[in-house]
Amino acid sequence: MLKTGRVFKLLFTFAQILKTINIHNRMIGKLNLKVLMVAAIAFLPFSGQANDDQHHGDAHHNEASHHAANHEHNAHQDVHGDGVKDGVNTPKEINDYIQHHLADSHDYTFYSDEVAGKHYGFSLPVILLDNGLKIFSSSKFHHGDSIATVDGSHYKLYHGKIYKTDVAGTLAFDAHHHPTNEKPLDFSITKNVFSIFVIAIIMFLLFAGLAKGYKKGPIPTGLGRALEPLVLFVRDEIARPNIGEKKYRKFMGFLLTVFFFIWIANLLGMTPLGVNVTGNITVTVCLALFTFLIVQFSGNKDYWKHIFWMPGVPVPMKILLAPIEILGLFTKPFSLLIRLFANITAGHTVVMGLLAVIYVMKEVLGTGGAIGVSMLLTLFISLIELLVAFLQAYLFTMLSSLFIGMAVEEHDHH
Amino acid sequence: MTDITLLGAGLVVLGAGLGFGKIGGSAMDAIARQPEAANKIQTAMIIIGALLEGLAFGALILGK
Repeated sequence: MLKTGRVFKLLFTFAQILKTINIHNRMIGKLNLKVLMVAAIAFLPFSGQANDDQHHGDAHHNEASHHAANHEHNAHQDVHGDGVKDGVNTPKEINDYIQHHLADSHDYTFYSDEVAGKHYGFSLPVILLDNGLKIFSSSKFHHGDSIATVDGSHYKLYHGKIYKTDVAGTLAFDAHHHPTNEKPLDFSITKNVFSIFVIAIIMFLLFAGLAKGYKKGPIPTGLGRALEPLVLFVRDEIARPNIGEKKYRKFMGFLLTVFFFIWIANLLGMTPLGVNVTGNITVTVCLALFTFLIVQFSGNKDYWKHIFWMPGVPVPMKILLAPIEILGLFTKPFSLLIRLFANITAGHTVVMGLLAVIYVMKEVLGTGGAIGVSMLLTLFISLIELLVAFLQAYLFTMLSSLFIGMAVEEHDHH
Repeated sequence: MTDITLLGAGLVVLGAGLGFGKIGGSAMDAIARQPEAANKIQTAMIIIGALLEGLAFGALILGK
């Protein structure tokens, strides 16, 4: 999986950095890195669902809005009848506009002028696995207007997903207006994957700067001066209290990676660059999966004993507690991923909804007044979202360290 | 969204609001009793707030 490969490489970077900070120089636990490598390879097929993000919005539209959305895919209503396309006007169009901006796509569009039909941005490579590897640029799709023909197979881009069709581009729809054509395995570099690479490069540059700052002595120079308190914050407030003095060192790499990845991804989502990494459920599933795997693979005997055969309670209770504890194994990472995904998506939706207030209030307040009201509200919501960006990163990391701490804890039995 | 769905969403928000109010109230009482522990109490309050918000958002998103 392209995403996990990058996160995995970052763990090495953090391991190097921690060695340079004057902590006792032990070997980073090889077990966790091997575990992650196995996980990355084992879950490779799931990356074929890279584009499923758009589905969660579509699946809940009712029939009418979905039909209308299809017909209006590249055309907008002419509300005033003066021959000029008006852009987003009705609640349905606003809904589609928001969904479109939160979804993943095969090209990186900075700005698109729907009225004139122009898009400013660049196309990303499409990598399909369909009886052989097919790599081509997504510009062949022309934003959904045309069919890409590669090596005799024809592909059509419909609502963000690629389907295999014939020369004419026919798509067979089922009762819920979803195409039933065959889908090739989609390993493309979509906007989210590209953004994850960008985040990885940013993190690498930041922390390489931090590591270089230690060359002259224990007090860092340069970029390290800003980052050292953050790294120490993760170590002293999150890792040490929850995992314990003896074992926190092994997990620092993972905790640091997750903390900074989520924080930077959330912050980038707030910029006009238009990337929505943590608002994509597949990314949060990956992060929660890492936590889950690390917790399970580093659990010691006491941990498993507490799950399956809780000591200190009568036998009927033990049998009753075992399924509840097993369920708890899965619900804890699940809540992690839902919390991050829902917070970020809700935040983005609110910001975009407030921006759409401009279009709704245009008639009532006039363009200038509508922009003023909308900008003020959006400003305040964006400030809250900045807090949420940090808070969600902190919370994810803290809960992960809590679960890890529960797994590696040494219990004193009387 | 149907009426029942909207009513359910309203109930979720009501529950979250009550929860936050209780957390905030207890935090205020605790800080009033022991001002030097204010930082720790504030941290705990924010953590529980985020957990509760995750629950509320999760219910809203899953329900929608």
